[in-house]
Amino acid sequence: MTRSAEAALRERQRSAQFEGRFGRWASAGAPMLFLLVFFVAPALIMIVASVRHPGEFGGLAPLVGAHGEAETGLTLENYQVFFGDSIYAQVFAKSFGVAATTTLACLLMAYPLALLIARSPQHYRNLLVLLVVLPFASNFLVRVYAWMIILGPWNLLFTRFAVIVGMVYAHLPFMILPLYTNLEKHDPVLLDAAQDLGANAWQRFWRVTFPLSLPGIFSGSALVFIPVLGMFAIPEILGGKDDWLVGNMIKESFLGTRDWPFGSMLSVMLTLAVLAAAGLAAWAGRRGLQRA
Amino acid sequence: MSLLEVRGVTRRFGSLVAVDDVSFSVGAGEFFTLLGPSGCGKTVLLRMIAGFDLPDGGAVLLDGRDLAGTPPERRPIHTVFQSYALFPHMTVAANIAFPLQMAGRPREEVERRVAEALDQVHLSDKARRYPNELSGGQRQRVALARGLVNRPRLLLLDEPLGALDAKLRVQMQYELMSLQRDVGITFVFVTHAQDEALSLSHRIAVMNAGRVEQIDEPARLYGYPHNRFVAGFIGSINLFDCEVLEAGDATMRLRVDRLGEVQAPARAGLRAGQRGAFAIRPEQVHLAAPGEPRRRANRVEGRAREFLYVGEVTTYVLELECGATFSALLPNAAPGSARAVGAGEPAAIEWDADCGLFLEQ
Repeated sequence: MTRSAEAALRERQRSAQFEGRFGRWASAGAPMLFLLVFFVAPALIMIVASVRHPGEFGGLAPLVGAHGEAETGLTLENYQVFFGDSIYAQVFAKSFGVAATTTLACLLMAYPLALLIARSPQHYRNLLVLLVVLPFASNFLVRVYAWMIILGPWNLLFTRFAVIVGMVYAHLPFMILPLYTNLEKHDPVLLDAAQDLGANAWQRFWRVTFPLSLPGIFSGSALVFIPVLGMFAIPEILGGKDDWLVGNMIKESFLGTRDWPFGSMLSVMLTLAVLAAAGLAAWAGRRGLQRA
Repeated sequence: MSLLEVRGVTRRFGSLVAVDDVSFSVGAGEFFTLLGPSGCGKTVLLRMIAGFDLPDGGAVLLDGRDLAGTPPERRPIHTVFQSYALFPHMTVAANIAFPLQMAGRPREEVERRVAEALDQVHLSDKARRYPNELSGGQRQRVALARGLVNRPRLLLLDEPLGALDAKLRVQMQYELMSLQRDVGITFVFVTHAQDEALSLSHRIAVMNAGRVEQIDEPARLYGYPHNRFVAGFIGSINLFDCEVLEAGDATMRLRVDRLGEVQAPARAGLRAGQRGAFAIRPEQVHLAAPGEPRRRANRVEGRAREFLYVGEVTTYVLELECGATFSALLPNAAPGSARAVGAGEPAAIEWDADCGLFLEQ
């Protein structure tokens, strides 16, 4: 190879390398920017808001310069209130309990359905999926009020049970869809192989279908668990006034008592609790996989 | 008594008869192959032996017992699937342990036999890997180990070498043969590749359009095909319509369309005037210079048209004077030469009277 050809080759390699790096940056950069604008920035705003003082008529008090009776500067007072009274921890625990129960109920109801859709003939599947999402076509509040009419005559209205029924009803599609997406991708020959090697129907499910569907279970659970934690409309309509969840407290802070910093503090604590729960689940999941 | 008996099995899908009255039996320890083009019904037949499908007529018997009421998981028959069907969420060791666990073997035995099976397929160092971390050949060997580890009475192999590249396929053929010899388990192998079938099998059943055309040992199948389909499917062959002129004791005379009169080995039960086909393999003929006097019983003349050089041999396609084509396969013993005659040059082909076959259909 001549010297100039070598140089040209090196140049080409360098530019390819540059393009590669640029391409990687560009493809990772767009979602990064998105997360920065729509997740990191609001989270920071929320954290800062949680250590400020409430404004006179809602909103936030100015950081400097006394204005009326509003106090200025930063304060950890909200966090002191949160940790000073066990009522908040109780509401959190109750909310997590409702979210966990809802997630479990959704999983138990969605799994057989998702499996059924995934194993039905190809040309029926899209129709069945459409039927799953069809309720979204009508108004959410109307659908929740419909449950009042259903549960009322049974004397079940304004109970924890009614809240969970409403939560399960509203979030079931979010469990079905990721499960179906996962189950539909399973190669049917794996079940043939398991059967051929001596596995009965029960063993085929627990040894092949179920472990392969774990990613679907995880994403479906996250899609149900997290929104349920922040949900305030369903407890308010179906749960009655005493059965408050975190979502109701946050909503009340912003719209009722107009204490934005207190609502922000509750949101921050909720986010931290969800992250802790997710971390715990991931850790437990990884351990479970290692054991299997 | 034979281990596996397929007795008059028929399977229909609507108006299509996928498997049509197929019968054969496989002895213990045999390497038996179902060979045929795609769509000939060999995979449907295999699924019926495994139990995933049931015959519309006839029966599949193992050790003389009808398997009709036995679901796949209770048949002592394991399958190596074309796609291997390894469980992606299990390590190599867990994949191989699966049939042992399903059979309820105690833990120590499972561990010991998995280790033995891994050793047998030379994958002991890959025990903790996942299938997607293995090469095609390694996956193939895991699938084999998984199929054999619980010592089934019968191992079914559905085109297991189809996904491998040519070099690896030859290597796996040797491994399959020695593995089958070592474990002594009966193999029923399905393939559309005649070279695989010929080199691996003890016996081959050639299938076409749902029917078995011929069951024989590889060399007999190649040397004495029963009909045009088998003759043409196994290896390559020159086929011409013909008529028996005179059925002799050792050799008979045929009038072959477009070739003229030909001497061929005699066969019992033929009479003069009977029509059929004359078949001769390309490697049974010799190339002769056009001017030379005839040295063998049969001779045709033509011009060399096409050449297929593959290294050790060259296939010459001759265009005969009558317009028919004739292929001849000749070894390239002299180094550096790919062909003995040039394109378009006249050439003659000769063969002895003890070569060639008369096919009745």
